[in-house]
Amino acid sequence: MRFVDEYRDPDAAAEVATAIGRITTRPWTIMEVCGGQTHAIVRFGIDQLLPKEITLVHGPGCPVCVTPVALIDAAIDIASRENVVFCSFGDMLRVPGSSRDLLAVKALGGDVRIVYSPLDALALARRQPANQVVFFAVGFETTAPANAMAVYRAKREGVDNFSIVVAHVLVPPAMASILASPGNRVQGFLAAGHVCAVMGYTEYEPLARRFGVPIVVTGFEPLDVLQGVYLCVKQLEEGRAEVENQYARAVRREGNVQAQAMVQEIFEVAGRTWRGIGDIPGSGLALRERYASYDALQRFPFREPTLSPETECIAGEILLGGKTPTDCPAFGARCTPERPLGAPMVSSEGACAAYYRYRGRSAPTRV
Amino acid sequence: MCLGIPGRILEIGQAEGVARSGRVDFNGIVKDVSLAFVPDAGVGDYVVVHVGFAIARVDEAEASRVFRYIDEIGELKELEDEGR
Repeated sequence: MRFVDEYRDPDAAAEVATAIGRITTRPWTIMEVCGGQTHAIVRFGIDQLLPKEITLVHGPGCPVCVTPVALIDAAIDIASRENVVFCSFGDMLRVPGSSRDLLAVKALGGDVRIVYSPLDALALARRQPANQVVFFAVGFETTAPANAMAVYRAKREGVDNFSIVVAHVLVPPAMASILASPGNRVQGFLAAGHVCAVMGYTEYEPLARRFGVPIVVTGFEPLDVLQGVYLCVKQLEEGRAEVENQYARAVRREGNVQAQAMVQEIFEVAGRTWRGIGDIPGSGLALRERYASYDALQRFPFREPTLSPETECIAGEILLGGKTPTDCPAFGARCTPERPLGAPMVSSEGACAAYYRYRGRSAPTRV
Repeated sequence: MCLGIPGRILEIGQAEGVARSGRVDFNGIVKDVSLAFVPDAGVGDYVVVHVGFAIARVDEAEASRVFRYIDEIGELKELEDEGR
C-alpha cells in the first residue's frame, strides 16, 4: 500500500537506528504518546533496534483505556434498555465496567452493535425511527470532528432519535500533567501524528518551552517512529527543546481548520477524569448547551451508582509511563485479552494488549 | 483508535459542504468516505482516512522528504568515516 509499505523498509530502518546510536552519548527517556505508535513499536520491535541508552515509555494515548468506569457503567445501563440500539467502536465492548461489560449486555439480548463510523450510527437512526440509537463517542482530537459531524447532521436533518455518550479526551493537558508530576522521567515526546493532523501543533509550542522538552510530531510506520526518535534525541543531545514535525506528509502547523471548526461548533472544553490517572482540568470535551439534547446521559438518566471495583490492575502507572506491562504480576496470568482486568489489555491501542500479542507472556528482552 | 489509513480518491459525489463525500481506494478495497474536512482534495489525491472521514490530504513532496532525510543521515556517516 502506497504511503505505508515504503515506510517499513528494514534496511532504511536499520540505517536510522544506526544513526541514532551514532548521535547518542547518554541515557534518554522518550514517551510515545499514542497507542497506535506503541503498537508499531512493539509489533516491529523498534525499541529493540535502539541503542541501550534510549528508553521508550508508553503514554496515555489510548482513549478506550482512559474512559472512566462510571461512563462505561452509564453506557452499559443505556445499552440494557428497551428500544435502544447502542453503537460503539469494537474496542469498547470488552472493557470492564464495575460489574460487567457491553459484550455481556449483547449476550443477554441487548442490541449492541459495532460500527466503523459515527455516520453509520446516524444512518441506523434514520432507518429505525421507532428506536433510540446511541453512539459511544470515544476518542482523542482525531475522532472528535467525525463525532461532531454526526451530531451536526442529526440536528440539521432532524434525526431526533440519535444521541451520543461523550467520552472525549484531549492530549496536550495530559502531556502537561505527566510533565508536572513529581515522579516524571519523560525527557522528550513523540506527539501523536493524527491528533496533530486535526489540531496542528501550536498547542505544543508553549509546552516545549515551559517544560524544556523536545516534542516531535511523529507518524505511525516504523521509519516514522525511528525518524521521530532520531529528531528527538538530536534535540536532547544539542540541548534544544522545540516542536518539530516528522509527519509533514499529513500534518500542517495549523492543522485541519475545517475539522477544528466542526469540533468548535458542537463541543466545548471541560474537565475530565481519566481512568487510572484521575482528574485533569480542561482535558475533555462536552456538548455545547445548544446541542445538549443530543447528550445520551441527559436523555437516559443513569440509575445505578458506580462502585469502584477492587482490582489489581496497574493501568494508571502504565498509562503514565511509570511501569511497563510486564511489571504487572497479573500480566498474562490473571489478565489476558480474553479475561481482561483492565482496559489496556483490551484495546487495540493498549500497551498490555500490544505486549501480549507481539511478545507473548515473557518480558521483552533487548538485543 | 486514532488509526488513519492512506487511500486514493477515485471519484467525488455531487453533494457539497458537510455532505461532501467520495469513493476512496485502499489498495483495492473501495469505501465511501466523507470529504467534508478536505475541501481542497480532488480525484487522484491521497487522503488519510479515520473512522470514515478524510482528515488530511497527503502531501506527496513531504512524503518523499523522509527518504531524502534518511539518505542525508547515511551520507553524513560516510563523510564521518572518510574523516577518520
